[in-house]
Amino acid sequence: MSDPLNAAALLANFVIVPAIAYGSQLALGALGVTLIYGILRFSNFAHGDTMAFGTMITILFTWWFQSLGLSLGPLPTALLALPFGIAVCALFVLFCDRVVYRFHRAKRADPVIFVIASVGVMFVMNGLVRFIIGPDDQNFADGERFIIKAREFKQLTGLSEGISIKVSQSITVVTMIIVVAALFWFLNKTRTGKSMRAYSDNEDLALLSGINPDRVVAVTWILAAALATIAGTLYGLDKSFKPFTYFQLLLPIFASAIVGGLGNPIGAIAGGFVIAFSEITVTYAYKKFANYIVPGDWKADGLMQLLSTNYKFAVSFLILLMVLLFRPTGIFRGKSV
Amino acid sequence: MKKLILPTLVAASLGAAGLSQAGGHADVKIGVFLGLTGPIESLVANMAPGAEQAIAEVSDSGKFLDGKTVEAIRADTTCIDAAAATAAIERLITSDKVSGVVGGDCSGVTTAALTNVAVPNGMVMISPSATSPALSTVEDNGLFFRTAPSDARQGVVMTEVIMDRGIKEVAVTYTNNDYGKGLADAFQTAFEAAGGTVTISASHEDGKADYAAEVGALASAGGEVLVVAGYIDQGGKGIIQGSLDTGAFDTFVLPDGMVGDSLPAAIGSDLNGSFGQAPGTDSEGAGLFADSAEGYDGTSPFAGESYDAAALIMLAMQAAGSMDPADYKGKVMEVANAPGEQILPGELAKALEILAGGGDIDYVGASNVELIGAGESAGNYREIEIKDGALSTVGYR
Repeated sequence: MSDPLNAAALLANFVIVPAIAYGSQLALGALGVTLIYGILRFSNFAHGDTMAFGTMITILFTWWFQSLGLSLGPLPTALLALPFGIAVCALFVLFCDRVVYRFHRAKRADPVIFVIASVGVMFVMNGLVRFIIGPDDQNFADGERFIIKAREFKQLTGLSEGISIKVSQSITVVTMIIVVAALFWFLNKTRTGKSMRAYSDNEDLALLSGINPDRVVAVTWILAAALATIAGTLYGLDKSFKPFTYFQLLLPIFASAIVGGLGNPIGAIAGGFVIAFSEITVTYAYKKFANYIVPGDWKADGLMQLLSTNYKFAVSFLILLMVLLFRPTGIFRGKSV
Repeated sequence: MKKLILPTLVAASLGAAGLSQAGGHADVKIGVFLGLTGPIESLVANMAPGAEQAIAEVSDSGKFLDGKTVEAIRADTTCIDAAAATAAIERLITSDKVSGVVGGDCSGVTTAALTNVAVPNGMVMISPSATSPALSTVEDNGLFFRTAPSDARQGVVMTEVIMDRGIKEVAVTYTNNDYGKGLADAFQTAFEAAGGTVTISASHEDGKADYAAEVGALASAGGEVLVVAGYIDQGGKGIIQGSLDTGAFDTFVLPDGMVGDSLPAAIGSDLNGSFGQAPGTDSEGAGLFADSAEGYDGTSPFAGESYDAAALIMLAMQAAGSMDPADYKGKVMEVANAPGEQILPGELAKALEILAGGGDIDYVGASNVELIGAGESAGNYREIEIKDGALSTVGYR
């Protein structure tokens, strides 16, 4: 009887828990990308490095707090430092907008010019982060590491398969839910949120009805900086902080945003989970899982793996390609690219 | 995305070039062609000074080719970007006019630099750390040597290390490049020949966001330990962290690319009991070299090999009485192997004197150099184990 339970525990430990955590990280990143795309109408390639910049500031504050002896007990100190990281990152992003994007916005430049400008901003941020904190791995997680370890789970339940859940994973999921709920409330219920959506739908009409465009742009950047810093810090807590990895995160984040539908917040979340689950489920080797659920001594010899992990990225890009071919606006009807 | 990385790397190597050219004008220049940036930059931090120490030692002795001075010129292989590496060695040869090259470091860029630039230009390259078995059979016109052993040898040694602990079933993950694939294949062949089972051999990409998929597949395949043929600063660490977090594996086998102090420092006590091996020797030379290393760690992997690579180039020049690669390439094996007077680190001046007098030397150096086959080290390995959160040496093989 315990075999189906073992199979479930196995799948939960190696597929479901990691995919939910990774999906939430991607979803938070994709939300920022999609917000900029929806309201300012360009793909912000600097988003990965904005995440790195915000996380770096958060880390510096974390170290400072640690040296002062401040802590949140079992929770990581980085959560305490997060608001400061968001504030500094927002100021920096507003500064970038002021010196780079505002000029092009005043000239009503094509989106492609914004995209190229954002690549420039990306390189500057990339260099700045490496200059300040260095190219190496930084570990800044503290507090408890696990809610439950695989070994403890086994002892507790008597199963032969364990489930381990990290504190950082559950913080990621909880934070993602809170942030998404707050964002939706903001966009749908508040006056500023409504004016942002109006600006997104039709810029000229919004201006005619007296919406202050500078305010809309500033609020958008602040929200994007907040999302980027939160996403980056949670990712760094779960794995580790390394500027180069954040740069590489850009690809799956964009894939998530596009699959879900660029410009659509629900799409960004769905896209994040679609990418994370597809990467992990398609390349998982189901040998052990099958051995638990098939009857008797019917043992699998092979690994029962659909695709080797080498093709992990092929999977997410195949999904991206299919979506672009058959439903160019994404699963949840965003704007077509 | 590769297009975006390239300019950064080019810019970085241009920066490095600017620094090195600020040096004086010595009579002979030797290229130090290592991955100053990239996945093994933490190892190179001890390799480049090792090579430069040998160069300074020879230059200061005043006995090299009738008192000529020697200067090291650094260039960046980046370890991963063949285009950037090719451009960098092109610059060393055509613009800096070096007479020999210590390097490259990672197998992929070394192969690219050798076949695209060094062989057409007739330049001698001695690599301290390129270990791919494919380099044993590459078409090199006798220009390529290495003071590091081929991974075919490391595969056999790793098999012995694992088998001696009574482990018969392992899972393997490797970094998806020439080094990782070469080592994983060599190991699998040796391990299966010795009666062991490899449950899965799966690659991982470096610098990626998430390794849950790889860890899941490895865990499902099972095995008593996980062999991680990766890089310490990159995916190798991510895989180990992920495996420990999910309870997939408790013990890891660490080949040369994973041996370094930063790994136990980053992962912590969970890594205790993991073991592995890296090129190294307990010979007298290794001790002498470690003591003489100033401002860097002479026991770091490949630091001694780097010293030896540089020393071999200059000793071969001395033996041939010429700094032309075409003249001295045939002398490299001669100075490295018996017969002759044994030469340890710090005795380069003595070696130069013997060679000038027409005598024979047998260069032993920091890594117990014995060149076999197509000019590669026979290989001495240091077996390590992680105890109390630090690397400790178990023995030598």
